[in-house]
Amino acid sequence: MTRAPSRLAPLLFLNVFLIATCGLVYELLAGTLASYVLGDSVTQFSLVIGLYLSAMGVGAWLSRFLDSQLALRFLDVELAVALVGGLSAPALFIAFGRLDSFEVVLYGVVVAIGVLVGLELPLLMRLLVDEIEFKDLVSRVLTFDYIGALVASLLFPLLFVPRLGLVRTSLVMGMVNAGVALAGSFLLAPWLGRRGPGVRIRAGLVLALLLVALVKADRLSRLAEEELYADEIVYTETTPYQRIVVTGGHKGGFQLFLNGNLQFSSADEYRYHEALVHPAMMAAGGAPRRVLILGGGDGLALREVLAYPSVERVTLVDLDPAMTRLASDLPSLRSLNRGSMRDPRVRVVNQDALVWLGDAVGEWDVVVIDFPDPNTFALGKLYTTRFYRLVRRALAPGGAVVVQATSPLFARRSFWCIVATLRAAGLHVVPYHTTVPSFGVWGYALARATPFDPPAHAPKGLRLRYLDDSALAVLFDFPADMAPVDVEINQLDNQMLVRYYEGEWRRWEE
Amino acid sequence: MSAAAPPPSRRDALRALLGAPAVAAAMSAGGCGARGRPPLPDGALVGGAERLGHRVRDQGAPPVPPADRWSRVGVVIAGGGVAGLAAAWRLARAGMRDFAVLELDAAAGGTAQSGRSPVTAYPWGAHYIVAPLAHERALIALLREMGAIEGEDRDGHPVVAEELRCREPEERIYQHGRWYEGLYLTAGETAEDRAERAAFQREIDRWVGWRDGRGRRAFALPVSAGSDDAEVTALDRMTMAEWMDRRGLRSARLRWLIDYACRDDYGMRPAETSAWAGLLYFASRVRAPGADSQSVVTWPEGNGRLVAQLARAAEGRVRLGVAVCDVVPRGAGAVGAGGAAGARGAGGAGGADVVAIDGSGQPFGVHADQVIFAAPQMIARRVVRPLRDREPSHSSEFEYGAWMVANLHLEGRLREPDGGYPLAWDNVFYRSPSLGYVVATHQSGSDHGDTVLTYYYPLADQAPAAARRHLLGASRDDWAEVILTDLGRAHRDVRERVRRLDVMRWGHAMVRPRPGFAWGGARQAAARPIGSIHFAHSDLSGVALFEEALDQGVRAAEEVLAARGIASESLR
Repeated sequence: MTRAPSRLAPLLFLNVFLIATCGLVYELLAGTLASYVLGDSVTQFSLVIGLYLSAMGVGAWLSRFLDSQLALRFLDVELAVALVGGLSAPALFIAFGRLDSFEVVLYGVVVAIGVLVGLELPLLMRLLVDEIEFKDLVSRVLTFDYIGALVASLLFPLLFVPRLGLVRTSLVMGMVNAGVALAGSFLLAPWLGRRGPGVRIRAGLVLALLLVALVKADRLSRLAEEELYADEIVYTETTPYQRIVVTGGHKGGFQLFLNGNLQFSSADEYRYHEALVHPAMMAAGGAPRRVLILGGGDGLALREVLAYPSVERVTLVDLDPAMTRLASDLPSLRSLNRGSMRDPRVRVVNQDALVWLGDAVGEWDVVVIDFPDPNTFALGKLYTTRFYRLVRRALAPGGAVVVQATSPLFARRSFWCIVATLRAAGLHVVPYHTTVPSFGVWGYALARATPFDPPAHAPKGLRLRYLDDSALAVLFDFPADMAPVDVEINQLDNQMLVRYYEGEWRRWEE
Repeated sequence: MSAAAPPPSRRDALRALLGAPAVAAAMSAGGCGARGRPPLPDGALVGGAERLGHRVRDQGAPPVPPADRWSRVGVVIAGGGVAGLAAAWRLARAGMRDFAVLELDAAAGGTAQSGRSPVTAYPWGAHYIVAPLAHERALIALLREMGAIEGEDRDGHPVVAEELRCREPEERIYQHGRWYEGLYLTAGETAEDRAERAAFQREIDRWVGWRDGRGRRAFALPVSAGSDDAEVTALDRMTMAEWMDRRGLRSARLRWLIDYACRDDYGMRPAETSAWAGLLYFASRVRAPGADSQSVVTWPEGNGRLVAQLARAAEGRVRLGVAVCDVVPRGAGAVGAGGAAGARGAGGAGGADVVAIDGSGQPFGVHADQVIFAAPQMIARRVVRPLRDREPSHSSEFEYGAWMVANLHLEGRLREPDGGYPLAWDNVFYRSPSLGYVVATHQSGSDHGDTVLTYYYPLADQAPAAARRHLLGASRDDWAEVILTDLGRAHRDVRERVRRLDVMRWGHAMVRPRPGFAWGGARQAAARPIGSIHFAHSDLSGVALFEEALDQGVRAAEEVLAARGIASESLR
């Protein structure tokens, strides 16, 4: 057997160090990603670390079955780590958005990387065993292995995640692995013989593939976008209607943004949605049968509606099929809305609500209007007298409608403009507000076709987290800094609301 | 230049119809890239009634129908455009249904025709009206029939239903890579520009508030409701450009707005347009000094919706594809064998005989008590026998401009330049010879998905006959190249998005209100009945607007009602 010149040994120990670093980074990536998108970070990290370590054990055990061409095997395993580990984060993000069985993919990837990394050290040690005395070999390999782990655990939170983000960290680590394989093909050339060039070509291909993925990742404008959000982006999609971004992160919860505007945070959305839905359900008599939800494609208002056993039929009209699909399929969102989008009582319609209402037949006991804030003309039209007249027409006798009406504190004129517009459409309106930490003070308008008193009782037996009789009682008082102001009504041909809204939020942003 | 550039003939068409700078810009933007440009979308030249019309024009003596091809009808309405249908509507409102409408084209509505695709209805021409003021009784009555009036405001003016008032964003203008709100380009306005805009606004406000001795507005729609006071009609003796010059209004962007207005309403440049007509555009649609303009009222199919409502009154009484070629007052020389046996007219003026050619080329005749001739004067002088026999001097005063209108069927929406004002109903390119495009689905409330854009191009830079030659000389592909190049300035993906592009060529789209036309006596003389033949067309108002065609049709119909002794409260 040919021997590697011993002066190359230090370089081989550098390989050990890099392999260890990359291996731990993949493990941390998987753990982080799992806790971002699935929540419950303690469980996720425990599971990922446990699986990863045991998979490494499996890899070490398997190494005994490899007897010939050890150098070649070592380098091919290294390239496999580069490929699987390097693509792990982008692949998991893609799988997360599109697959029901995300957990299977996640743990599969963790096990695969673990097995491959577990193969590496035994193979390398067997290569070097004739070169270096055994006690030195063990001591130095393990030393570099543990130093690598330390470096990885420091770099990952301090440098990689803040600077590169998960996807690019994963791709860059893959390239490091491929680079180790490429360098190894030169260091181990005496063992490889004429197989050397083949290894180099494979390493070159893996490097090129990862580089392309890296460039693509940049082109997805993640770099710019990630800086917008406090937390890691776990899902993005650009639809013909909007840009959907789901972020998850350090605090364990997750958030939905549409066109960069926060729609909810899983930490406190219950306050928003309980306050949105239940007063209207109570104002309609407390046992509504037919409910219409306009907007609300996240399925969270729907979750509150479906809690009423009296509800027989819900139609949810949301423009964007990608949004309603996400609410139905994304595991984290599906668990937050308790699978509401798949309830047999629900019919989902993907159409512009104004167009749909114009042709709609049928009567509704409760109409819940949960559109994004009116910051474009396309949204502003859904807050006009025309729209509210169509809503009034769709109300059953005694029916109630509720409108999310932006913040009466930050956008006071906008809020009262929505109230005035509902009144101009012939509805009797009771405005109210609550506090949602993610949003601040938030406002709603409750309305019926005939005069009514605001509901005095929260629903019984629904086990709400926030809304009870005493919480309900204080919703309807408006202190001086949110008191009514003189506003014009919002009509299709003046779109006053969009102008108010633009002016008001700009003031707060400055 | 790569193979991707349009072929030479189309380049010539581009240069002629968009101007050399636009062509250069288009070439540099799309022509020299490595990527070939996609082929032109499918489409066709539509319409084509001019062929049948020109056959009538070029015929020698009008045909004489055989005796068995004569019938009789109380009133023949020659022309099924807005004026003719309005006349029919007015007669029907008075309970008079013994009429027939004869229309040359394959569809009624004239330049207010519309089309329909699986996605939306869309206009082929006229596409909006201005929300009426209280004095516009005929238009209000029509809108009421349609359920389009919600109520009255404090001043007694009607409130048009919200969904019919043009939805915001209504208009935007494109310049140098960006869309801006409105039709007047405020971005980059200097202090002088602002001062001149204010001065112009003061002039308009003065005319908005002006009343004559009889309390009439200086500028009103219809024109017949406005003043004929000398102070007003004096404006008809100068061009809009001269009027601007005299007031020292030189701001390029203000003058462009005026230019746009003249082309939009009349298909003419300000240097040719009567100042009276130019000011009518601005002053007639404001109720009181300082007030906003009256709302624009529109439908996906434009004024096609109004046409459909008018046509309802004439249901079963409209014959399409029929060319009227002779209209003869009874007693002025009988036509054919049936003429001698003509029944006595209820109107007492002797009646009239109408000869027409049907779709199969066969002539037929109609004895009528009255005829409402609801086609433009350029046809009247060839068809109405007394005018043909001795052409009056006023006939040659009527000139008509040529227009091209195209409908572009889109898959999805065009890509918008970053950061600008969003897609509006009316989308205009600063300094383009076109008028830009309107979005058919805008008014239905849809902001996403497939749509149809209607693109307007008046041939305003040549004398009418030359403009018509130009219009008809350009092929569908020439026009497609012009349109896609013009739109491509703001929407880089237009060529990939357009699935179909059809072109309508309106040879005689609109009467041209040159100085002296509106108040020089020609239109007033042409509107006077000849025996039992009454005249109704927007050209008799001097400006081609729906409101005018409606008014002329109603006037002619009320003349006929009076002649027939049918009492009915006037709608004028």
